[in-house]
Amino acid sequence: MFDFLDSPQYNLLGAFWLTVQLTVFSGIGALVWGTVLAGMRVSPVPVMRAFGTAYVNVVRNTPLTLIIVFTSLGLYNSLGITLGAEGDIESINFRLAVLGLAAYTATFVCEALRSGINTVGLGQAEAARALGLSFFQVLWSIVLPQAFRSVVAPLANVLIALTKNTTVAAAIGVAEAALLMKEMIENESDAILLVFAVFAFGFIVLTLPTGLVLGWLSKRVAVKR
Amino acid sequence: MSSVLYDTPGPRAKVRNVLYTVGFLVVLGAALYWVLRTLGDAGELEADKWSPFFTDSRVWTTFLLPGLVNTLKAAALAMAIALPLGAVLGIARLSDHAWVRSTAGAIVEFFRAIPVLLLMVFANEAYAMWTNVDSDVRPLYAVVTGLVLYNASVLAEVVRAGILSLPRGQTDAAQAIGMRKWQVMTFVLLPQAVTAMLPAIVSQLVVIVKDTALGGAVLGFSELLRQGDLITVNYSNPIAAYLFVGVLFIVLNFALTSGASWLERRIRQGRKSSGAVLGTEQLEELENVGPEPVTERGGQTDRT
Repeated sequence: MFDFLDSPQYNLLGAFWLTVQLTVFSGIGALVWGTVLAGMRVSPVPVMRAFGTAYVNVVRNTPLTLIIVFTSLGLYNSLGITLGAEGDIESINFRLAVLGLAAYTATFVCEALRSGINTVGLGQAEAARALGLSFFQVLWSIVLPQAFRSVVAPLANVLIALTKNTTVAAAIGVAEAALLMKEMIENESDAILLVFAVFAFGFIVLTLPTGLVLGWLSKRVAVKR
Repeated sequence: MSSVLYDTPGPRAKVRNVLYTVGFLVVLGAALYWVLRTLGDAGELEADKWSPFFTDSRVWTTFLLPGLVNTLKAAALAMAIALPLGAVLGIARLSDHAWVRSTAGAIVEFFRAIPVLLLMVFANEAYAMWTNVDSDVRPLYAVVTGLVLYNASVLAEVVRAGILSLPRGQTDAAQAIGMRKWQVMTFVLLPQAVTAMLPAIVSQLVVIVKDTALGGAVLGFSELLRQGDLITVNYSNPIAAYLFVGVLFIVLNFALTSGASWLERRIRQGRKSSGAVLGTEQLEELENVGPEPVTERGGQTDRT
């Protein structure tokens, strides 16, 4: 019944491994860029606040599919941007997909962090300012550490959404799980329910532990008030 | 103006802020210059790549507007089917009967954990195999099916959270005057829950509108993004075409987002219901699924 799984033609584990890699790399990118954006949105400089707000509103309202397709057709085909992976089309597409996913997911990270910054007690920042710390010192050593601890659960949800969103990379031919499923479902038309079940199971295996582990972590590190 | 993180600027802070502003503008300007120069070098800024959008009405009548109509059609269909289905699933999850509760729960959790794209691809092939849906409309059917399955389960959680956010006294009072279970639900709880959920439901539309683009890229459904691809084929101007498609999406979704937050403010001020409003903030957490029960943060208040 599951004999299609043994066919050397399909590299199921390889496809899911690529999904995991996409998730990890773009997750790191989104975390860094999202933190910078959140810093801009709460900064005392109006121009930076305006830029952060504009970026979040524009990118969040753009379909991820459009962003991913644009990285391939706009950035690579038209402008020749390869992100340092010359010649090898597979790794170029992979890097472009990571770029697109990170740029999109950063907006959600930024919004989660911003709501986390709002939960930090007023007295904390006031006390830090009374000690004479500058804005960056207040943000980096007092507010952000507490904000991060209180947004572990929302960030876990962002990470789970990111895991599912990596399937969009199939639109530019990154050989991750969704693309393999599309190929398998077209070839193995007598077993499409099984194929679908296998891939559905794969995604549940990827997302369920993430949610459980980070949910447990969020309770452990929560700031007691 | 003072905030949690910084004081009202004094003379030195003002100077520093001006320096930061100048520095940031220089960096931004340099980035913009680099983008424009790269575009210029690649010949993407030539007038004939951009002029079709202003001089050639066929770009709009043949491609962009029909694409927009298809996007809206798929989104509206998906919403119209997903909403009642989501309401039924959400209510079923609150049922007194364990088997109804667990069945609905399993369905909701399953479809929330699966990427929409997989659902669409599967639906497309399933329609091709087991039904005789015409291949012209099959992508539309597949896109709508995928969107309905996913969004119905998200909306089920919205409905459930909305009903759970109502004060317990509403149910008690209704039961005290002798209402049956279905009467409590249809006459007392649902009307209030729907009011509380309206902003969340409106902003779920943004998610649906964005996800229709998947159908264009993967299944060949002729929505806005796909029509943008066709423009690049005809005029070989990918940057311009995607920019226009992107702007259309952003304007549409920004209108929906603003509508949702306007509705949220209005309901919060009006206080016609129990005062419980499930805001757009909470919805974004719903959209980003987790196994955590969604009601945990339901009572959170905003602080700015």
